[in-house]
Amino acid sequence: MSDDWTGAIDCDFHPRSPTPRQLSRYMDDYWRQTVEVRGIDVWETIAYPPNAPLTRRPDWRESGADADPVKAAQASLDRFGFAHAICNCLFPVQAFRDENLAAAFARAVNDWLAAEWLAKDARLRGSVVLPIQSAERAVAEIERRAGDPRFVQVLMLVFGEQPLGKSVYWPIYAAAERHGFTVGIHAGSSYHHAVTGSGWPSYYLEDYAAQSLGFHTQLGSLVCEGVFVKFPKLKVVLIESGVTWLPPYLWRLSKFWRGVRNEVPWIDRPPEEIVRDHVRLTAQPFDGPPGAAHIGRVMDQLESDEMLLFATDFPHWQYDGDAMLPAGLSPDLRRKILIDNPLATYPRLKRPT
Amino acid sequence: MMLDAPLAPEADADQRSGRDAQARLAIIDGDVHPALGSVDDLRPYMSARWWEVLASYGTRRRHGMSFEPYPKSAPRACRRDAWPEDGGPPGSNLDLIRAQYLGHYGVAFGILGPLGVTGQSEVNLDLAAALASATNDWQREVFTQQEPRLRSAIVVPYEDGPAAAREIERCADDPAYAQVFMLTRSSEPAGNRRYWPVYEAAARHGLPVALHVFGASGHPYTGAGWPSYYVEEGAGHSTSCQTVVTSLVIEGVFERFPSLKVVIVEGGFAWLAPLAWRLDKLYERMRGEVSHLKRKPSEYIREHIWVTTQPMEEPADRRQVLDMMEWIGWDRLLFASDYPHWDFDDPFRALPGGMPRERARQILTANAKAVYRLP
Repeated sequence: MSDDWTGAIDCDFHPRSPTPRQLSRYMDDYWRQTVEVRGIDVWETIAYPPNAPLTRRPDWRESGADADPVKAAQASLDRFGFAHAICNCLFPVQAFRDENLAAAFARAVNDWLAAEWLAKDARLRGSVVLPIQSAERAVAEIERRAGDPRFVQVLMLVFGEQPLGKSVYWPIYAAAERHGFTVGIHAGSSYHHAVTGSGWPSYYLEDYAAQSLGFHTQLGSLVCEGVFVKFPKLKVVLIESGVTWLPPYLWRLSKFWRGVRNEVPWIDRPPEEIVRDHVRLTAQPFDGPPGAAHIGRVMDQLESDEMLLFATDFPHWQYDGDAMLPAGLSPDLRRKILIDNPLATYPRLKRPT
Repeated sequence: MMLDAPLAPEADADQRSGRDAQARLAIIDGDVHPALGSVDDLRPYMSARWWEVLASYGTRRRHGMSFEPYPKSAPRACRRDAWPEDGGPPGSNLDLIRAQYLGHYGVAFGILGPLGVTGQSEVNLDLAAALASATNDWQREVFTQQEPRLRSAIVVPYEDGPAAAREIERCADDPAYAQVFMLTRSSEPAGNRRYWPVYEAAARHGLPVALHVFGASGHPYTGAGWPSYYVEEGAGHSTSCQTVVTSLVIEGVFERFPSLKVVIVEGGFAWLAPLAWRLDKLYERMRGEVSHLKRKPSEYIREHIWVTTQPMEEPADRRQVLDMMEWIGWDRLLFASDYPHWDFDDPFRALPGGMPRERARQILTANAKAVYRLP
């Protein structure tokens, strides 16, 4: 049945970001006073302007569905019978220039998520927001959450200080692998650099379009630096990256690798194979050709029915009505995307809570 | 993006790729790289003032290196068989270019794209303008006046829009110049208004603007910082190409200059269809932010953007790259070899098998005639 969503696992679900004041309730005295004394009332980036159409679908904007776990469940989990939704909080911890502030806020965000969302609905699961400014502090945050099976993933943004394959980040991957966490890389920027290699685009539309370019960079970096050689059990999910950009980039990366692989001798097989073994993508936004006529040919380019994970990207306005997946998928592929692929990608989903 | 019917299976064996079939098709190459024998070759075309500055202080590029920040896979990133016996670098000896490339493949026209010490990516804008002018005069005297199959590019100091427009004015009447030449990594996205004088002058003279990969913007090459490896830089050129196309379209450059033609060079092509789909979707959602646009992004792309084929994308299933060509539009693709660089695409072998002969003819010849200023 093409309209049966029962048991699906929503791999990208966004609770509305808390304010710094809301988070300060989860901080110790020093940091709570810091928020107060320094007047950190607003901490937002230029991503997802609150009133931009993309930021909230009109019906969800009107009902305030993303601000409350009961309303959010009514709009998604209850209505469609999803088994789980993985909460990705986009409060911009990554934008702090001070790693101490980042660590304090990351810890507060994760405590807030556990208390105000995960504890309110047993179907919800969470991603551990990392203070990526310091690998040591990020590892400490992973260790802090490792005993809580409701957290299934660690979360980073696609645009940070350095490409994520660099060895400075390897302690994070070691900790994630050790505890069975999946590594999620979500659209978004610390804005420590311009989002393009040619500086700042004028329009938000361009900024959002450029997010997929960051995923090109991170995929190239993770593969070429040998992250999957060093951490063979690691699974990485590219979240809200779009989908159709991937095959052309893998063709390029594999071709360049064939030509200049003496530069990265630890990579002993084509990047496209490595990516198919270790990397998954969430299926919203789905930026395919219009209509359903060519969907089979687009899917063929992925060369695998295991690459895509179901995601609503709630409450972002990626689709209208209930068109959560592109039309024209076979029932088998649909089931894999909705249920089997997420279960295979997130081993911690199987842990009893 | 408009979608045509799926490709019909190709039955004619003669139309499968290979030397015999394609050798009979004329070849126009959108990306041939000439090289200075040494930087001294520019001296006759420079004033004493700027030659002295160059000789004393060198170039000052926006990435802080005198050459390139990523060591290449081969000396000067060139084919090892393309070094002339006179000791100069590949691309510097016209006789070898004729023998090894133009004559060997029966190339009708090769469009030059000078790289290196051309003033592009130079921080000192007056030096940039002097170097660009010298490069253009050097191309003319050393290559295009000697060899009618070679056509040159007007290298422009694009970070200084008015100076770039002046350089186009200076060169445009000479039919040896077939295009205007920029690099993809500009210091702001390519559609920004500082570059509009380039597009205005190019459109006025009916010259296409080529944006070739490379260049230094003053930013890390990616929005996530500097990658470590040349293989990442190489594969990542398609991201700077996507930034260029996005910016040109969304800034409204093609509304402002409706006759402007843009060629994206050496970034491959398959990324263009997914980019158009992505931009259309975002346009539908956020057109209120860009109400200066009158049409969907894919329509501007379909009318104003061409892409060269090198380095040819090579999925294991060649049908997939033919699908991409179909979705981009067969009239949008221009063959390029990148001679004499290491990742040279052989005109006889580069096009994917299974391509109908008429499609190959479009890519190798017909499309180029519609884009470049050629006799």
